[in-house]
Amino acid sequence: MDFLLDAQAMTDFLSTSLRLSIPIIFAAVGGVISERSGVFNIALEGCILGGAFGAAVGAYLTGTPFGGLFFGLAVASFAGIILAALAVGLAINQLVAGIAINILMIGLTSYLARLILGADATSTLPGFSPIAIPLLSSIPILGKVLFTQDLLTYLMYLLVPLTWWVIYRTPWGLNLRAIGDYPVAADSAGISVSRVRLYAVLISCAMAGLGGCYLVLSQVFVFTENMSAGKGFIALAALILGRWNPIGALLACLFFGMSDALQLRLQFGSPDVPYQLFSMVPYIASFLALVIFAGKVRPPAAIGIKYERGGK
Amino acid sequence: MLTAIRYFYLLRPIWAVLIALFVGSGLILIAGVSPITAYVELFKGAFLDYWGLAGTLVKTSPILLAGLAVILPLRAGLLNIGAEGQIYMGGLFSAMAALLLPEMSALILVPICVLAGALGGGLWGLIPGYLKAYHGMNEVILTILLNFIAINIVSYVAGGPMMQEGAPYPYSEEIRQELWLPWIMNGTDAHAGVIVGVALAMVMFFVLKYSTIGFALDTIGKNATAAQYAGVPVKPYIVGVMFAAGALGGLAGTFEVLGLKYRLYHHFSPGYGFDGIVVAFLASVNPLIAPIAAFFLSGLKAGALVMQRAVGLESTVIEAIQGLVIIFVAASLGFKYNATKWSQFLLRRRKLDAEVGDTFAKTPKGDE
Amino acid sequence: MSELVLKLDGIAKLFGDFRALDGVHMEIERGSIHAILGENGAGKTTLMNILFGLYQPEEGEISLNGKVTKIPSPRIAMEMGIGMIHQHFMLVDTLTVAENVALGLPDQGAKLDLGRIVKRLAELSEEYQFDIDPHEEVWKLPIGMRQRVEILKVLFRDADIIILDEPTSVLAPNEISNFLDGMARLRAAGKTVIFITHKLDEVEAIADNVTIMQHGKVSAEVRVVESDAREMARLMVGREIVHDVVDRGDQKPGDIVLKASGLRARDNRGIEALKGVSLEIRAGEVLGIAGVDGNGQAELSEVITGLLDPEAGTITVDGEDITHKSVYARRHTHHVSYVPEDRHHTGLVLDFSIAQNSMLRDFRIPPFSRKGVINTSKVREKAKDWVDRYDVRMRNIDQHVRFLSGGNQQKLIFAREVECDPRVLVVMQPCKGLDVGAIEAVQRTVMAERANCKAVLYISTELEHIMTVADRIAVMCAGEITGILTPDEVTDERIGALMGGIKEEGVA
Repeated sequence: MDFLLDAQAMTDFLSTSLRLSIPIIFAAVGGVISERSGVFNIALEGCILGGAFGAAVGAYLTGTPFGGLFFGLAVASFAGIILAALAVGLAINQLVAGIAINILMIGLTSYLARLILGADATSTLPGFSPIAIPLLSSIPILGKVLFTQDLLTYLMYLLVPLTWWVIYRTPWGLNLRAIGDYPVAADSAGISVSRVRLYAVLISCAMAGLGGCYLVLSQVFVFTENMSAGKGFIALAALILGRWNPIGALLACLFFGMSDALQLRLQFGSPDVPYQLFSMVPYIASFLALVIFAGKVRPPAAIGIKYERGGK
Repeated sequence: MLTAIRYFYLLRPIWAVLIALFVGSGLILIAGVSPITAYVELFKGAFLDYWGLAGTLVKTSPILLAGLAVILPLRAGLLNIGAEGQIYMGGLFSAMAALLLPEMSALILVPICVLAGALGGGLWGLIPGYLKAYHGMNEVILTILLNFIAINIVSYVAGGPMMQEGAPYPYSEEIRQELWLPWIMNGTDAHAGVIVGVALAMVMFFVLKYSTIGFALDTIGKNATAAQYAGVPVKPYIVGVMFAAGALGGLAGTFEVLGLKYRLYHHFSPGYGFDGIVVAFLASVNPLIAPIAAFFLSGLKAGALVMQRAVGLESTVIEAIQGLVIIFVAASLGFKYNATKWSQFLLRRRKLDAEVGDTFAKTPKGDE
Repeated sequence: MSELVLKLDGIAKLFGDFRALDGVHMEIERGSIHAILGENGAGKTTLMNILFGLYQPEEGEISLNGKVTKIPSPRIAMEMGIGMIHQHFMLVDTLTVAENVALGLPDQGAKLDLGRIVKRLAELSEEYQFDIDPHEEVWKLPIGMRQRVEILKVLFRDADIIILDEPTSVLAPNEISNFLDGMARLRAAGKTVIFITHKLDEVEAIADNVTIMQHGKVSAEVRVVESDAREMARLMVGREIVHDVVDRGDQKPGDIVLKASGLRARDNRGIEALKGVSLEIRAGEVLGIAGVDGNGQAELSEVITGLLDPEAGTITVDGEDITHKSVYARRHTHHVSYVPEDRHHTGLVLDFSIAQNSMLRDFRIPPFSRKGVINTSKVREKAKDWVDRYDVRMRNIDQHVRFLSGGNQQKLIFAREVECDPRVLVVMQPCKGLDVGAIEAVQRTVMAERANCKAVLYISTELEHIMTVADRIAVMCAGEITGILTPDEVTDERIGALMGGIKEEGVA
């Protein structure tokens, strides 16, 4: 645990923590939007994977990371449209719809990645490299950690407060909150419940897709099958812990990222101890957190309940 | 006419599969392969070839049991996504029993191992079941997290304390041959696990349809408040059904270890738990149809490798097609058969026909 | 005759072949309070939904301010100055008053500007003396205040005509006078108020004119000053209302069957709903529980039948303590039957067949099942028998109960709860949503059980129904029993006082 004393080690540790939490942050904050409108989004995992796949294919085909970003968003949005069609349009069980999307994404991305990337599957893709923000990046420790990151990270800095602002300070956000708690009131006020939910689901999946883009374009620069590896579910745990609030979700994600970084550090520090014990930490942490805190937090009242205009 | 429409609805899973296969053929086309050839090779390899059929039956064992593990709690309104973790824990407990318990006659030890596996899986179902029933937590996210935890535990055990000396991969010692499950097709890997699965499916069918427990579960699933009013102790039932579901998942893992691999491997399930979810919905949550659905799905997977060898198509296309199947089956859930609406519609059609007259009516005799 | 703000001419509304409204003619004067009076099923709600733009009439025309118009949607209705206050408030509990008013407001732009909304709300609140804090979250407000928030919502949108659906059904008696004052102030400010009700006293208290409806037609349109409650009641029902004195015979109640002492319980929000309730019911006696909805009646029925655990107090049946026994034990060992208020979410499983619902409560005992195996033929046999004897109209025994009418669903529930030969029958709001024929069937069944020496607890908000069947009437207010009287002793003032919370002597 000597990193607590050494500035450089501390910087590395915090930097790693942040970078490990970024994909989850995108997904969790996106998830908040969907769940606040009353739609469970269990497909965050599939959207991260889809976004990663799209980013890899896009970067590969266009030769630039921006191509990857575009494709990644497109694939994730495509998943979002299917989820919206199933969960809002056809109004089937939202959890079943989400799981179906996850299974679909795993299959499709595995197959199509092999088909498209083929022999080049392991070669490094063009990605986003860190850009230091002048002045701010000179701050000791925090400057390196926060302001010497890549484009997508900076995008996240903007998106999280933007999401907060949209939810709490715009009419659309008001509609969102109303629909998640008591859709009847929103409906009688002339708001289209399904339209708002549709957009919420789409945005939510697109943001999770950004998380996948980050994985490929800023972190590992390659696509591997099933590389989302459960991050979408950790994002869900984070948004529940964060009480369906974007800032709360952010903090929960940072906590999980930190525990993940700790696990990596310990793994390399004590190689005799089996790695699985460490890789379990985020899941156990999430599980315990849910069990201890879940009783005290309340999701949006109308979540998971399909909205039907009652009466004659 | 109404009955015909009703049957159309009942066959929704079949329409869903056909549409998925149709869309899937598009995926096959872009790889430059003829879908018809591909599907034919798939079908032949999975069902018509002796060895292929054995391969299908091998997979049917875990997939069927996992499917049952999802179907049972689904009748009570619970979504068991944790079948994968339950499979792993079942494999773990049964392997531990087989390898660590003192030498005993196979007649005693095999049932003990099976029970151990069921217990292990049951435990993994009990935890989310209890948290759901008594603390109102959502079982979906809990079971998903438990899956990852279970996979990691088994990975650790198979690569650590129980690992075979000098093994190149993380796997345990081999289980004594006396404890292996009997084979059902000579010279192949197909083992008795699938028979147990089918038997359990039939038992489940009878329990759900004709027993008071089954009625209670259905009531909970359809209306938990009414179930309480009906005097059903809802919370203990939820815990119980999740334990039973977990036990079924545990059995799936147990038979993989005792019947196929004979060791505890570190990633021995390639996602059978999730295949179970597909089976449950494909079978319209009916345990009697589950064996057929599981057999079909297993055939898809087993045939994939044969197809890959025969036409050079990536076997992962089957995963993609499986994904399509579940999407279309899920979509088909959104179309419910409403007898009243259909009968009203047909009535109006008949009235309209009566008013307007049938323009194609036969001309009366004598006009020829 | 002052100017007409709204005129309806020959309005008809059809649902399939059913004429919900037929040839409705109505004239509403500007600046007046206009009541629409009628029983359940008279067509008041349908009419109001047309005024509010939710339905379109098949025949007839609507004139607003002298011009013939259509009201195609609630949004357009609001633009035209017609505001609607539903019986179940359209308020999001977790949002503040201002946010609720802001919901759906047109022309808001990108930023939510609560400032000007707060200001205007404060002005309106002042003007009408509503005393509302725009920053308060709605879940913290009492019901009477929430209703005022709803009124503020429509006033904010410059409503000229305000329609209220059974506005006092959710209010406590002490809140009603506040409400009536509010109505008077709206009229004084030049607004037109239309309210739907079945309560004669309110019509007399505040309305200028009343349209009386019966079976989808207007049976009369009178000025309140020119009529009286008795005449209005007659026009509403079509015959002189006399409290039906059912022939009770010479039956004397037997021994005490059900005895409850000092019951305390909390509702599902954790608020104390029963604050020490005691009562006793004898064999062959019907004890009615009257009172405005929401004063603990639901919790009382749940505590007695086992769906809710009391915090304190005891319940005995035939001397045996059942206070903490399970629902199952109460039904099968102590024979406590329950016809719940919510047919759809408690009493029946809508997606089960008639046969399955018949065995819903008794499926674990013979003859429906033996040693855990269900005897399907016996179940069907019994179900068919009940369906015949209780006159349940259905297509076949395998039909999902969802497709039965409310009255037939209720008959099935009654059959089930009565055929098991209970000692105690608890019946909660049994006539909700039923037509006159079904109501009569319910009351006949209750009286038959009384004749069979059962102890019946009859809980209802409809005083007339209770008067018909009860031997004694207990009134509940705010979780306590405020008084017990016999039907002869009932006067409006006495009942009103009891419902309003003024306790009488000699009550626990």
